Amino acid sequence: VGTVATNSNPTTDVERLEIELLLDALARFHGYDFRNYAPASLNRRIRSAARNEGVGSISELQHKILHDGDALGRLVRTVSIHVTSMFRDADFYQSFRKLVVPQLRTYPFIRIWVAGCSTGEEVYSLAILLHEASIYDRCRIYATDMSDDLLERARRGIYPADMIRRYTEAYHRGGGTEDFSRYYVSDSTGAIIANALRKNIVFSMHNLASDASFNEFHVILCRNVMIYFDTQLRDRVLDLLYGSLVRFGYLAVGKKERLELTQIGSKFAMLPGDARIYRRIA
Amino acid sequence: VLRPELVVIGCSLGGLEAIQGLLGALPPSMPAMVIVQHRLAGDEDRLTRLLRGHSRMPVIEPDDKTPITPGHVYIAPADYHLLVELGWFSLSVDPPVKHARPSIDVLFDTAARAYGARVIGVVLTGASDDGADGAKMIRDRGGTIIVQDPATAMSPIAPKSAIARAGADKVRTLDELPGTLTTLCGVRPRERGNTRPP
Repeated sequence: VGTVATNSNPTTDVERLEIELLLDALARFHGYDFRNYAPASLNRRIRSAARNEGVGSISELQHKILHDGDALGRLVRTVSIHVTSMFRDADFYQSFRKLVVPQLRTYPFIRIWVAGCSTGEEVYSLAILLHEASIYDRCRIYATDMSDDLLERARRGIYPADMIRRYTEAYHRGGGTEDFSRYYVSDSTGAIIANALRKNIVFSMHNLASDASFNEFHVILCRNVMIYFDTQLRDRVLDLLYGSLVRFGYLAVGKKERLELTQIGSKFAMLPGDARIYRRIA
Repeated sequence: VLRPELVVIGCSLGGLEAIQGLLGALPPSMPAMVIVQHRLAGDEDRLTRLLRGHSRMPVIEPDDKTPITPGHVYIAPADYHLLVELGWFSLSVDPPVKHARPSIDVLFDTAARAYGARVIGVVLTGASDDGADGAKMIRDRGGTIIVQDPATAMSPIAPKSAIARAGADKVRTLDELPGTLTTLCGVRPRERGNTRPP
């Protein structure tokens, strides 16, 4: 079956070249390697960055980021952010409570990695769940991202008041039974995550595309992160995550990600249900 | 003439019957068909199950990186954008576009950029202008746009917006649509039984 696209549109061919050059520049001069990102999303984000910078072409955007550190920071943030929310996917939190927490209870100390934590919503959701299971004191959560800017926002843990209402509903759909307002303090800028939830979280820089494993974990969350990568980078990251998991450790991916058909699929077994929580079995 | 390799379809929440009727009237020898129907987050795979009974083609809610295969119908999952790469799908959780995730514009735009003139876009009933910009991109790249006759659409906003923004290669009623698609795709209409093409 032929699936070769014929690109006879010169404008698009020029743009493709410009994007390749921009990605080379980012990788060679700044160490941010987006060359193995899935093209469709990445290209949309680059075009959006160009519009926001008020430049007329990707080449102009390249010129700007090479000479303007602030513009560079904005581009990296635009390209690397993944939008998330607290308690996204009720299924996942319900399954985690039911299937993973009982096993974690048997461990004296629990190391967890949230890989690609972006602005932190998932990190705090997990902290709440562990707190309610009365095992948070035994946990250390390593939350990493490649963007120091996003990490800073995650560390601050301040979310807009109008989002908190949606998060409260999502929390209850995910099986939460407490009064959600226990977990944040409201102030004029929004809602700040309570200190009790932050104490065992370590935020640090880590680039899944280039950095190595830095510990062995009982649980890794990497949800809706690898959807932005091409197959080659996805496979690299899966190897890294596999090598960072203890035997019988858990790896949670997004609900539309599958490990079964990947190279290391046979080393994992999926837990029952639709939550896409896998357990390392080999 | 380039043979179409991808048929992308957009409709809003009320378009279920239109999609059911269309899939029921198409033979399994069609190219890959991709559908964005506006839907609520948390709707899960109800839509996919509803369509399965009406189609002679396998109806799939693709995972990330699912290969694009002819003769299959792909339904954008709830709360994700569905994007077309060359030969495979990717997903994103980027913010809603025109209040929609999945977004018809995102599907159409990425399909046009990956498959160029080999794309047919179909804009069905819809209560917003999502799809209009994507339809323009498909036509700009040499693909074909078919719009449901606004006079016959449950909600004419989407068809009218697409025609205003992009123009249309063909304007059709739902009854005419299967015949138009099979002709454009060069496949025989309404084959009997469930036999797969060679």
